[in-house]
Amino acid sequence: MRVALFITCFNDTLFPETGRATVELLERLGHEVAFPQEQTCCGQMHFNTGYQREAIPLVRRFVEVFGDYDAVVAPSGSCVGMVRELYPMAAELANDKKLLYEVEELGDKVFELSEFLVNKTGVTDVGAYYPHRVTYHPTCHSLRMLKVGDAPLELLRNVRGIDLVELPEAKECCGFGGTFAVKNADTSVAMLGDKLRHVLDTEAEICTAGDNSCLMHIGGGLKRQRAGVRTVHLAEILASTEER
Amino acid sequence: MTIIRHQPEKQAPPDAFSKGRTPTFEESAKESLANSQLRRNLGKATQTIRRKRAVAVAEMPDWEELREAGRALKSRTLRHLDDYLVQLEESVTRAGGQVHWARDAEEANRIIGGIAKSHDAKEVVKVKSIATDETKLNEYLEGEGIAAYETDLAELIIQLAGETSSHILVPAIHKNRSEIRELFMRELGVEDLSDEPPDLANAARLYLRKKFLSAKVGISGANFAVAETGTVCVVESEGNGRMCTTLPPVLVTLMGIEKVIPAWQDYEVFMQLLPRSSTAERMNPYTSFWTGSSQGSGDGPEEFHLVLLDNGRTDVLADEIGRQSLNCIRCSACLNVCPVYERTGGHAYNSVYPGPIGAILTPQLVGIGQSGPDSLPYASSLCGACYEVCPVKINIPQVLIHLRGKIVRHKQDEGGLMGKLDPENVAMQAMGRIFSNRKLYEGAQKAAHIGQWPLAKNGTIHRLPGKLAGWTEARDLKPVPEQTFRDWWKTRGKGSPSNGSSGDGAS
Ligand code: SF4
Repeated sequence: MRVALFITCFNDTLFPETGRATVELLERLGHEVAFPQEQTCCGQMHFNTGYQREAIPLVRRFVEVFGDYDAVVAPSGSCVGMVRELYPMAAELANDKKLLYEVEELGDKVFELSEFLVNKTGVTDVGAYYPHRVTYHPTCHSLRMLKVGDAPLELLRNVRGIDLVELPEAKECCGFGGTFAVKNADTSVAMLGDKLRHVLDTEAEICTAGDNSCLMHIGGGLKRQRAGVRTVHLAEILASTEER
Repeated sequence: MTIIRHQPEKQAPPDAFSKGRTPTFEESAKESLANSQLRRNLGKATQTIRRKRAVAVAEMPDWEELREAGRALKSRTLRHLDDYLVQLEESVTRAGGQVHWARDAEEANRIIGGIAKSHDAKEVVKVKSIATDETKLNEYLEGEGIAAYETDLAELIIQLAGETSSHILVPAIHKNRSEIRELFMRELGVEDLSDEPPDLANAARLYLRKKFLSAKVGISGANFAVAETGTVCVVESEGNGRMCTTLPPVLVTLMGIEKVIPAWQDYEVFMQLLPRSSTAERMNPYTSFWTGSSQGSGDGPEEFHLVLLDNGRTDVLADEIGRQSLNCIRCSACLNVCPVYERTGGHAYNSVYPGPIGAILTPQLVGIGQSGPDSLPYASSLCGACYEVCPVKINIPQVLIHLRGKIVRHKQDEGGLMGKLDPENVAMQAMGRIFSNRKLYEGAQKAAHIGQWPLAKNGTIHRLPGKLAGWTEARDLKPVPEQTFRDWWKTRGKGSPSNGSSGDGAS
């Protein structure tokens, strides 16, 4: 399938390795990947922080850049959540019927990576090899907004060599929440504390998830504690093979 | 066991519904987060109730259909609220009750105080009513020389401690047994009291019994009121509600206008949704229904007054996205699952309505444009746990985001120059422009990599400046790498013609 990669501004700038892994993985599975270079940011930060009029041009831009593709894939649950669940709200705010129609059309074609693989293309074994002890944190937007369900876990279970351990109280928010992590830093860190305790309880060496934003928060906490546990995006695990 | 003291004497601290400024959520949360006893009490309580609720809900094969029915019933009622309220007034009047309309808190308090005075009441007994907390009725009555006694065990604890409720269903959730024991010994003058729940309840019972028998006026809230018949309903666990609504000769019920439901039949839905969501019970211990006054039958109060309270609710109704907040049946499930509430507790919200529902209801009821209530929609990571459990399907994250938008627009449009020069606003405007233009965006990526050098040491940023410092207080930060994804993409196409991918859109 020909898919457009929506890398997200966050991954593009801070986590290029996740983008590279996503491309390698999709190509290995036989997809043709396009990267529309006019893409920037979906507007999630603006919209969720309340700067919603400022997000509207970014919504229009996204529709222009990605509107013509049959499938758009992003290695980020929360950015896909923005496009699929909140773009209609932005279009309503802009009082633009045409835009509303366009974003509703587009919404059906935008997928988070794991749901694209499992739910859209029916692949659960991507032929990956990853000989590490790993625990998986299902991020809130993937879980409750996109309802990706067990798709990421199914993919992980089929990775060869992996020692996958269940994360206690996995469904609880890690405390990132976008600008919440800065605006309410104390509460965010209190939530993080419990998440880290659960991660450490698993004795995993790696904590993975489908969103680098949450992982940056969890990983930042682990690193500050010199916990010896690191965070790796799901795409990077799935892209790993015995050859590399 | 002897009880020596009889007068509640402490005043609750002010909140969003009192006059004057309240602290922001961030300010108050700092305090509660540092309280280890509170963290322990709350963590334990919310985790237990959360687990129990999940079990109680899993028993119902049609739970999702019930939620949808609850949502649909509520939103239909709100659409025709004017009609149902008039119908309710007719039904209550027909059954011998009197209906009063209160535009705001002041008017409601004046009406209720007037009724108490007309009966020369110096004391009134109350059963848990958040609406009266919203109007600050107790303080008003005190000013009029009337003592109000809370009869719900938890409300009594709060009243004796001179605190405010920290949960809409378990107001004293932040206190544990031994703290309550100490409070009773101190405030009620009880000697030799253990911290066993039956003993604590007994101490309260001894204190309250006389009040029930001597009070001329009882005051209650309402969970529902049926427009068709005029029947008011209170759902509770201790039986004090039944005493309050039946023993005193005069009963006054204060009810938010959104509590009306069309017909008896609708209880079928709500009585399945409410107990399981709130206390994880199949059915709650006491459900009282009453219709009008006794009208000489000797059954129930001789005089019944129903006070219908607006106090900002019609403004909420006018907001297309915000109005779903009025669906709320005050079950408190959203509080119990909220990871923010679990850690900060209810007091950090500085409102009679704490937790996720409080974060959307409070700023809407008191109006946008005050720093305290305006901080509440930001007291959420938007994790969506509240929406998932809400029995009437209020999309709380959506309303939170909607309110954030309203707050920012209010600041930008009404805040004058200060609003425009607000550092966050300036940064957001700049970033909006950068994201709207590919060249600016790519330039900013480079600038971020170059500009961070004073901050990055050995591949890590340990401290960020200004407003961003909150991040690095407990978290390290990964610096911006040299090569962005898009730079890598540009380099790869050339070297490996074998791969099928294209870089279209390149211009
Ligand atoms: S918002 Fe929903 S979950 Fe929260 S108290 Fe109201 S009805 Fe219950």
